[in-house]
Amino acid sequence: MNSYSSKLLENAVNELAKLPGIGRKTALRLALHLLKEDIEQVEAFSRAITKMRNEVRFCQECHNISDLDICEICSNLKRKKSIICVVEDIRDVMAIENTGQYHGVYHILGGVISPMDGIGPADINIITLENKVAKQEVEEIILALPTTIEGDTTNFYLFKKLKNYNINISIIARGVAIGDELEYTDEITLGRSILNRMPYEHSLKK
Amino acid sequence: MYLKRLTLNNFKNCTEADLSFSEKINCFIGNNGTGKTNILDAIYYLSFCKSYFNQIDNQNIKHETSFFAIHGYYVKNSKQQDTISCTLQRNQKKQFRLHKKLYHRLADHIGLFPLVMVSPYDRDLINEGSELRRKYIDSVISQFDKVYLDDLINYNKALSHRNALLKYFAVNRTFDKASLEIWDEQLVNLGQGIFEKRHKFIKSFTPIFQEYFNFISDGKEQVAIKYESQLKGNDLKSLLAQAIGKDRMFGHTTVGIHKDDLLFSIGGYPLKKFGSQGQQKSFVISVKLAQFEYTKNIKGFKPVLLFDDIFDKLDEIRVKQIVKLVSENSFGQVFITDTQKERIDKIFLSLNIDHKIFSVDDGEVK
Ligand SMILES: [Zn+2]
Repeated sequence: MNSYSSKLLENAVNELAKLPGIGRKTALRLALHLLKEDIEQVEAFSRAITKMRNEVRFCQECHNISDLDICEICSNLKRKKSIICVVEDIRDVMAIENTGQYHGVYHILGGVISPMDGIGPADINIITLENKVAKQEVEEIILALPTTIEGDTTNFYLFKKLKNYNINISIIARGVAIGDELEYTDEITLGRSILNRMPYEHSLKK
Repeated sequence: MYLKRLTLNNFKNCTEADLSFSEKINCFIGNNGTGKTNILDAIYYLSFCKSYFNQIDNQNIKHETSFFAIHGYYVKNSKQQDTISCTLQRNQKKQFRLHKKLYHRLADHIGLFPLVMVSPYDRDLINEGSELRRKYIDSVISQFDKVYLDDLINYNKALSHRNALLKYFAVNRTFDKASLEIWDEQLVNLGQGIFEKRHKFIKSFTPIFQEYFNFISDGKEQVAIKYESQLKGNDLKSLLAQAIGKDRMFGHTTVGIHKDDLLFSIGGYPLKKFGSQGQQKSFVISVKLAQFEYTKNIKGFKPVLLFDDIFDKLDEIRVKQIVKLVSENSFGQVFITDTQKERIDKIFLSLNIDHKIFSVDDGEVK
């Protein structure tokens, strides 16, 4: 496709088309839409994105996306630091927070073990979790990773790493259909899952 | 369960058809390339959401038209009528409906309207590699056992991850036991269950199969299906441990249920080498008939049975035996295609069965 009447337009389309799930056709539609908007509106849009990219921090405690070095959840004195819920990414934090049933803190792995995608244990935030546990500040670890084979295998890896410390390791109830990720679970089910978690050993097949 | 009526629009070489069927036997007679097999394929679509012959949906739309539509009206019992439709606009997503309600997951439909297809391609089960035979039993078992299907999908994923890891180790000249072990554990857990289910399946499947083979071939030869697996008498955990050196050298996993196979034999010898063409044909037809009965026993009602051009190379007596067999009450609705009108006419002359004969010419059905 070399038929753009404007190099500027073409550049914008090229950038938009790099976003996940956006093909060239949609990218062109978005670019034309932005051209119709007020210039102030478009400036606010691009400012918000640049600012987000420049200024966003990752919480030093839990790796959650945050505006400060320590996120709101970790700095909240009412949250129990001794209970850590291990999740894949921020979408899971949002889903569990929406249930209003959980008062511990989180640990965001930033992915799950997946050799086919070149992701090994060293590529996700496992060492920082182990360090927290080693400092003996943790009583319970709740595993809330996706119910996929990769999530399941990551649970197993974490269990093997952490089982020799004196802590409880539990897993949220798998009421969810196979392949359903946490973000699609409705909030009531998830709230119940968090409350009815079970010891990890019991979830292992014999 | 039977298909009462089928309508087609622009499906393969058929512009339009509206057919009402017999509850028992329906025959489509026509020369090769006239499109009689396409009717069977349309019926196959309604059960499996895809073509038996051509997996590329778009290529099943009639040339120079923009869509195809298949509608089937099924009777499950005296009270219940089900309408299934499959429509496809060229280059769009296929729409599959039960009672006008669109499916979001096609997998939810599979198994609701069971069907067994017997076709000349079945000989591939004998001639091709072990993968095809594994696929065959997997497809039969997963129709009733969704846990089996999930376990199988997860096993294959875990296997790919483990292989990716072995390759990574080989390329980078490193090794990390802990990273590999977690995948071993998954393969062991999932593989053991799959092994047991395959073993159990073949055990209950084989006697049914042998009975059909004896009936079709007048019980002259002894036939067998043997399930072969490295897991027989070994546990996968120790197999993986023993094979680790080999696995690292080859860069992939050399033991597991992905190496399973079925051994077909006749008179104690491998069927592929020692079976005649007629014996091989009777063998795979018997496998399919056993699949029919196995499905019927689990579902509690009779699947639809399709016979596509299988009578060539079979002697007249065997053909008659088969038609007689499937006319019995233990079978339900049957669809047959054949090139020779005389053969079919002669069979029905001596058998008193409810049947309908359609002649097919250039996509037109009468
Ligand atoms: Zn935090």
